[in-house]
Amino acid sequence: MSLYQLFSERTRANKPVALATVIDGPNIGAMLLVTPDNAAQGTLGNAELDRVVARDTQGELEAGRTSVRHYGPQGQTTPEDLVNTPTVRVFIDAFSPPPTMVIFGAVDFTSALARVAKVLGYHVLVCDAREVFATKRRFPMADEVLVTWPAPLFVERGAQLTQRDAVCILTHDPKFDVPAVVGALATNVGYIGVMGSRKTHAKRIERLVEAGVTEEQLRRLMSPIGLDIGARTPEETAISICGEIIARRTGRGAPSLRDGDGPIHK
Amino acid sequence: MRELLNDIDRWKAAGKQIALARVIDIEGSGPRDPGAAMAVNEDGEVIGSVSGGCVEGAVVAEALAILNGDKQPKLVKFGYSDDEAFAVGLTCGGIIHLFIQPLTW
Repeated sequence: MSLYQLFSERTRANKPVALATVIDGPNIGAMLLVTPDNAAQGTLGNAELDRVVARDTQGELEAGRTSVRHYGPQGQTTPEDLVNTPTVRVFIDAFSPPPTMVIFGAVDFTSALARVAKVLGYHVLVCDAREVFATKRRFPMADEVLVTWPAPLFVERGAQLTQRDAVCILTHDPKFDVPAVVGALATNVGYIGVMGSRKTHAKRIERLVEAGVTEEQLRRLMSPIGLDIGARTPEETAISICGEIIARRTGRGAPSLRDGDGPIHK
Repeated sequence: MRELLNDIDRWKAAGKQIALARVIDIEGSGPRDPGAAMAVNEDGEVIGSVSGGCVEGAVVAEALAILNGDKQPKLVKFGYSDDEAFAVGLTCGGIIHLFIQPLTW
């Protein structure tokens, strides 16, 4: 099987894969295909160079990062070893599976948020305990629609959630919100947004504290959910939520509703 | 590159020669991040993009030159600072480094 076939198979299966390509130096155009679980395929022209580049590429895969690195022809990396040797520049193109967005609550806001999340490349999972609402027909854009309570969902999927992923809780129902927030807080998920007015959230905080949630954990919650951009419709709200996810990831200073104190709608 | 796979498969099945251009580095402001890719086949058909549309035309010309010439991979650079890029007009003022190679692997 060619490197391209291996690459396209893994990409289509949403499995991590990286291509390391010599872009400058001896063997320009030579390629190595690297995955986290198998031996590297192909060669950059030197076994030791292959070994060192495969190791570095696995690190880039974990970080989901694309970069250019410099080596000696035999994989040398320390500056003193690189004096008087030709430099091999290697482009490491890492493909990580799409991030996941879990949306709790099968409401009007859910379909708008699922659509915007799909545009951004998320794998979208909609979860609600009510069978009549949580249907694939109502959320055709979602990758998965699950009829279940939050706790079993987190038992099954919680360990897979990482900094790149998001949990958005759009139900306004305490018997669903509280276990959803508690479940999300037990994961490493990068973003937890919870819908509701400031008043609703204040009441929710009381219930969460009763459920054993600490002050520090509460600081992870973005609620009211979204950026303060005056969003009104489900679609505008979806944009404000996704904007907040991007701003939290990049550390930019876009104003979150959580950090203000005025009315959400003026 | 994921979004290019279906078209590349189709081109490969039709026996077309293909060149792949990928953004490897951006200096200053650039519209697409490293990893952005476009592919060009021997008939001049194009999929994907490597900028906001500013340099694609020039990349197609480079890609076809590689396919019709020595088939050697090539590093190319477009930026506000050099004359050629000024001609193709990278309006954001950054410098974009591309690697173009025949997709024979």
